[in-house]
Amino acid sequence: MSKSPNLVLPAIGGIALMLGAAYGFSSRNYGADTIALLEDRVEKAEARVSSASDKAKAEAERATALELAVAEAQEQAAKGTNLTSPAPQMEGAYGLGRVAMAEEIAAWDVDVLPDGRGLPVGSGNAFDGEEVFADKCASCHGDFAEGVDNWPVLAGGFDTLADEDPVKTVGSYWPHLSTVYDYVYRSMPFGEAGTLTPDETYAIVAYILYSNDLIDDEFELSNENLANFDMHNKDGFVIDDRPDLEYATWRVEPCMDNCKDAVEITMRSVFLVETPPEGGTNSMMNPAKVEGLPSFSSDGPSFIPEAAPKPVKAAVEAAPEPAKADDGDVLIEAGKKVFKKCKACHQVGDGAKNKTGPHLNDLFGRTFGSVDGFKYSNTFKTALEEGRVWDEASLAEFLSKPKAYMKGTKMSFSGLKKDSDQQAINAYLATFGN
Amino acid sequence: MADMFKPSRRAFLRGGAAVAAGSVAGAAGAQSPDTLITELQDWASITGAGVDETPYGLPIRFEADVIRRNVEWLTASPISSINFTPIHALDGTITPQGCAFERHHSGAIELTKGDYRLMINGLVDRPLVFTYEDLERFPRENHVYFCECAANTGMEWAGAQLNGVQFTHGMIHNMEYTGVPLRALLNEAGLGAAGDFKDKWVYVEGADASSNGRSIPMEKALDDVLVAFKANGEALRMEHGYPVRLVVPGWEGNMWVKWLRRVEVTDAAVESREETSKYTDVYEDGTARKWTWVMDAKSVITSPSPQMPITHGKGPMVISGLAWSGHGQITRVDVSKDGGITWETARLGKQGDTKALTRFYLDTDWDGAPMLLQSRAMDETGYVQPTKDQLREQRGENSVYHNNCIQTWYVNAEGIAENVEVS
Ligand code: HEC
Ligand code: HEC
Repeated sequence: MSKSPNLVLPAIGGIALMLGAAYGFSSRNYGADTIALLEDRVEKAEARVSSASDKAKAEAERATALELAVAEAQEQAAKGTNLTSPAPQMEGAYGLGRVAMAEEIAAWDVDVLPDGRGLPVGSGNAFDGEEVFADKCASCHGDFAEGVDNWPVLAGGFDTLADEDPVKTVGSYWPHLSTVYDYVYRSMPFGEAGTLTPDETYAIVAYILYSNDLIDDEFELSNENLANFDMHNKDGFVIDDRPDLEYATWRVEPCMDNCKDAVEITMRSVFLVETPPEGGTNSMMNPAKVEGLPSFSSDGPSFIPEAAPKPVKAAVEAAPEPAKADDGDVLIEAGKKVFKKCKACHQVGDGAKNKTGPHLNDLFGRTFGSVDGFKYSNTFKTALEEGRVWDEASLAEFLSKPKAYMKGTKMSFSGLKKDSDQQAINAYLATFGN
Repeated sequence: MADMFKPSRRAFLRGGAAVAAGSVAGAAGAQSPDTLITELQDWASITGAGVDETPYGLPIRFEADVIRRNVEWLTASPISSINFTPIHALDGTITPQGCAFERHHSGAIELTKGDYRLMINGLVDRPLVFTYEDLERFPRENHVYFCECAANTGMEWAGAQLNGVQFTHGMIHNMEYTGVPLRALLNEAGLGAAGDFKDKWVYVEGADASSNGRSIPMEKALDDVLVAFKANGEALRMEHGYPVRLVVPGWEGNMWVKWLRRVEVTDAAVESREETSKYTDVYEDGTARKWTWVMDAKSVITSPSPQMPITHGKGPMVISGLAWSGHGQITRVDVSKDGGITWETARLGKQGDTKALTRFYLDTDWDGAPMLLQSRAMDETGYVQPTKDQLREQRGENSVYHNNCIQTWYVNAEGIAENVEVS
């Protein structure tokens, strides 16, 4: 940019040359026509000169301004002012994207607001809901929405919100019924989201209310009355009041010296956490007590507890080599990892019990749907009657697409996509029994 | 004492190496020449791995324990669960994507760029659908931001629970995002139909089976929210929402919707499950706070910490940690070695970015006596990170979320650290 004044100079020089040439011609003895012509040319040249010099002047001014701007920018850059800027914002649109069609909006925009906007037409009651719930939800949330194992509890917990461990359920905690419809319709059943019809959803929501003793089983819930239903905890929420209650008092210059007289250790970590090389964690209770630990004052710790003997082995341990195990072991190890996906619902090994799904000991050679005391779906009951037997091939097929292989199964699991995972799970399950 | 701490394999090895070095070639007291120096080593003689051995590089195997880890019993199923960033073993501020914590409500999904669609609808002039390619044609920005789960440190409300900074504070990561400001996409759809922005919201929703959705006030949506497609220079990882996630600077991680598929302009909060049943904070008296979006200033010492014992004995050492605030820049971090009686101001690794992790160091001389290590962050609003007692006094112990208390590590004379609570 600082070069622009130089660019102006040749333009001015060029015009001076032309002028010189014109006067040179006029001193010779030519005819009147020629003179008129020359005069005309001189006039034109002069006009051009004056406009050119105007232009040159303007350009020189602009050049000076630019030079100033450059100097200013350089000065700012030297001072550390940065030249970044946010992405420019258009006045109008870029014309990117395309208009969303009504069908597309209808397919995706299904959220429901507290005032009921977004609810589809439909209805259902707890009586009908019980059946759908037993079929599609109870394996995790329990027959009465009380929750199986670690899965969420959906009912009860009234009057526990001020307790040490509040039980926050749809009944005790949720402020709007719209949220229950919205969430169940879009996100449940877990592993098969988006498959419920509006009527099924109204019936399930009614059943959850019924399980919470909030309605009787004939109450007909519909798009007409859902938003008007008063939830137990509807007034239980305040909008974030940290600014008033906390920021106002915690934005102060903090203490640096003699901030307390003495400090005691009042609690030690409840769990110790091991971090094994294969990943994950093992936690165990920490047996250590606070007794025997020093207290602290501005002079430091009250005493230095005696050191525990050092583990001697540590000094000689070498860097880890990559695991060298035979292929079978590797596969079983891999299977153990894959089984984490099943663990939420199935147990294996000594003392394995039926959970959300049946235990999986002695699986290969076992008849479909044959574990005592487990409530199978009808498709598994039929398979039991037909005497179908689990082997590696049928398990692989089942696990690749559970819902396709056993139509109507209540196992909510999307399936194992990789062949290698299936081989690994076969190898792992084979180690339990047979 | 010995059995109270189960060091990671790596910690063990470091301990071992330190002992070995100390007895053979301690810096000052070398008795005999160090054979690592005097003898020709294989690596100095035989050639190493060629290029392309690992076309996409992984950490060297000696770092194999620097990984995300979950605590299985915290959740019912790994499909709807969380794991923790190994912040104890990292330095600087940027979290590599491969070890940045994950939280899914219905598992991480595989969604291709080709199948990706983003819909903007609701109170807009023209409801629009964008493809992935469309998004890359808008002017874009780069920003470093932390993403912290509101439940980070949530276990610790009830007292010292998990022994390791990875588990008490590891639901956080910090990356450099590349993306398009959400305001540009809203502008493209036209906000004339929204009228006065004052009581308007955007409802943002993911494409996975959980269809996680959150309501964000329009003011924030038009401020610094990004629709991001790159993190630390490369495509987002599947577990962080590939190909497109929302970045909501300074606000709780649950709002950073992954696999972002829809942004709806509304005139009310949807009050979805994730903003009523979850991510609301129950007080002692049973009432609850809602819309607690901002993550207040917080800090923690990452080393020494239970997974990072002091293995070198007394003398010069570095106490290091991380600080961050959803309100802006970290301006100062103080460190105490005596449980909060005296404080020293730490050195910041570099000037803190707004709403991003800041690294702090206290370069100190350890006399070998036990310590109660604490750190205390201050942000540009003058907010000072509270103690556990201050927080409990305000909120009780049932909040689950937004625990930004001062953390204490008890370091014994052997250099072993443990999660404790102090008076
Ligand atoms: C395979 C187990 C499973 C099945 C079957 C299932 N759910 Fe769930 N449900 C879950 C899990 C897991 C969550 C928590 C998801 C998360 O973390 O976001 C949940 C959450 C819920 C919640 C919210 C709980 C809360 O307190 O926030 C409701 C309501 C719910 N489910 C209803 C249903 C209904 C109704 C059905 C049947 C149509 C169903 N679920 C089927 C596993 C299941
Ligand atoms: C969300 C819970 C859930 C998960 C996860 C799950 N299952 Fe199941 N599983 C079930 C239920 C419930 C049944 C009973 C099915 C029925 O009655 O329709 C079942 C049935 C089975 C059966 C048939 C058992 C018999 O007695 O005939 C096998 C085999 C099985 N599961 C294996 C697996 C494996 C392997 C995995 C992991 C890769 C897995 N499941 C994951 C819930 C689950």
